[in-house]
Amino acid sequence: MSDNNNLIVYCEFEDGKIADVSLELLTKGRVLADRLGVKLEAIVIGDKLDGIEKQLFPFGADTVYKVEDKRLYPYTSNPHAAVLINLFKEIKPQICLMGATCIGRDLGPRVSSCLHSGLTADCTSLEIGDHKDPKTGKEYTDLLYQIRPAFGGNIVATIVNPECRPQMATVREGVMKKEIYNPDHKGNVVNLNASKYVSDADFVVEIIDRHIEKSKVNIKNSPIIVAGGYGVGSKENFQLLFDLAQTLGGEVGASRAAVDAGFIEHDRQIGQTGVTVRPKLYIACGISGQIQHIAGMQESSIIISVNNDPNAPINTIADYVITGDIEEVLPKLIKYYKKNSK
Amino acid sequence: MSLNIIVLAKQVPDTRNVGKDAMKEDGTINRAALPAIFNPEDLNALEQALRLKDKNPGSTVTILTMGLPRAAEVIREAIYRGADAGIVLTDRALGGADTLATSYSLAQAVKKFGKCDIILGGRQAIDGDTAQVGPQIAEKLGIPQVTYAEEILDLNNGYVTVKRRLENGVETVKAPLPCVVTVNGSAAECRPRNARRVMKYKYAVSPSEKEKLSDDLKKIVDERPYLQLAEWGAAYVDADPEQIGLAGSPTKVKNVESVVFTAKENLCFAGNDDAALENLIKELITNHTIG
Repeated sequence: MSDNNNLIVYCEFEDGKIADVSLELLTKGRVLADRLGVKLEAIVIGDKLDGIEKQLFPFGADTVYKVEDKRLYPYTSNPHAAVLINLFKEIKPQICLMGATCIGRDLGPRVSSCLHSGLTADCTSLEIGDHKDPKTGKEYTDLLYQIRPAFGGNIVATIVNPECRPQMATVREGVMKKEIYNPDHKGNVVNLNASKYVSDADFVVEIIDRHIEKSKVNIKNSPIIVAGGYGVGSKENFQLLFDLAQTLGGEVGASRAAVDAGFIEHDRQIGQTGVTVRPKLYIACGISGQIQHIAGMQESSIIISVNNDPNAPINTIADYVITGDIEEVLPKLIKYYKKNSK
Repeated sequence: MSLNIIVLAKQVPDTRNVGKDAMKEDGTINRAALPAIFNPEDLNALEQALRLKDKNPGSTVTILTMGLPRAAEVIREAIYRGADAGIVLTDRALGGADTLATSYSLAQAVKKFGKCDIILGGRQAIDGDTAQVGPQIAEKLGIPQVTYAEEILDLNNGYVTVKRRLENGVETVKAPLPCVVTVNGSAAECRPRNARRVMKYKYAVSPSEKEKLSDDLKKIVDERPYLQLAEWGAAYVDADPEQIGLAGSPTKVKNVESVVFTAKENLCFAGNDDAALENLIKELITNHTIG
């Protein structure tokens, strides 16, 4: 089975600006669409969408669907799901990508349930390839390989949706790279009549209050990250990491285990269920190195691991391994930095 | 106002302790080989349910779980903490289900349960981290969903008001009942076990667990209906065989690989080797990584 239907990216925006994760997915979507020989489409649902396509065309979108209605912004589940469900029944995309955000992870399952299409959450890699069903022997060409760590990160699974369309996947911010495809690329805009896709009855959930703030923490773009794991031991000990980060001009990150233990807030979590980072320098303190964490930092240019366990898995991908207690090592790094920097 | 509250709970393998037998050849998880725990965020959901019950006397909290027969363990744990009853949805035919087939099966069980005002569950389970089952159940039941909930602020006149914790802020929404609410790990922690309830419900068992008890205990269970946990199969909830288990799952696992890192050549030294630490810092300054 092979199809010529297109690939569509659901694009999120806030304050008139398309979310980075959506642009990252367009970048990836462009590559996949070219590989399949199909068009790359984008859909934006909301209010005040004038000119929003200008942000999408440079990333390779051939078609931008716009669905505008005052009630469609801010996002609520049922109306956005209704638009996608009804539109997908018409245009039958073969692949639909969404950000693995609070919106995408709320919307994707609802759409996939209604269309009975498969959905894979938090993919770390997307590829096109063939598949042979081991039981029936039936062969499929050009499926979307949805690749993600599973099971606490102990394995990496490749998921396919052989029969159901669209093949849906969510991807976290920062996992794919955002790259301009062509600043002069132009596509066409399709304005859809909102009332054709969403009914009054879909507006059941009312937003009473909303406080959205830009995250104060910007680990994604920090060139230096000092990250702590469960081995840091306590909230108090994280102060050592903050001291080092401040000295070096970096940010503090954390593994999921440290966040789950309550040592540090969630928006600093690095890994498959946090953010993906690619800093110049990554100092991993007391992090054992589950694949879910490693998936989010392995492209760092230089990795230093500080751990009292010489056999910590993260040491295998580190450039420098310091075996010792963070209480001893971090203050010394600060001391030697202050001594040697001008 | 008394409420019928369902809490979706999952018994999950403790993914921090995964051995070699964890995966079966078909790429699905061999749950029998792993230590099993109460999915953490489902406990946060249980606490929200118990708070609703506290505020609305006469309400009942029923735990619905799908899994192996031993998943009755999570029902007992929830009852020790204040839940009233539980249902284990278990059947070989349900095995190997992806999130969609799971949602369908659970939605069928909710329908079978009958009148229910609100369905609570954790945002996601730690074995899959997908967060898909809650919204998919809502869709299957044709009711609204509120995901990423941190606190139920109010429930009145057929509406629930919920504070949601999003990646970059908070939102308060009002949704009509019945609806599905999935609760974040940032919500209040679940209350501990109550010692009296542990004593009272120690022998609360599902029918398949009852079989393994001594005759004396069987008799006690038979005499006391509150010790009888429900165990439902796929046919009992009128599940369409085409939509459950591996066969009803649109996503298929093509392959799984254990994770092996390509080891880098690295420089190792001890934390008390001051000269090596200073050299490292100097090197990073020289190559402009820092400074």
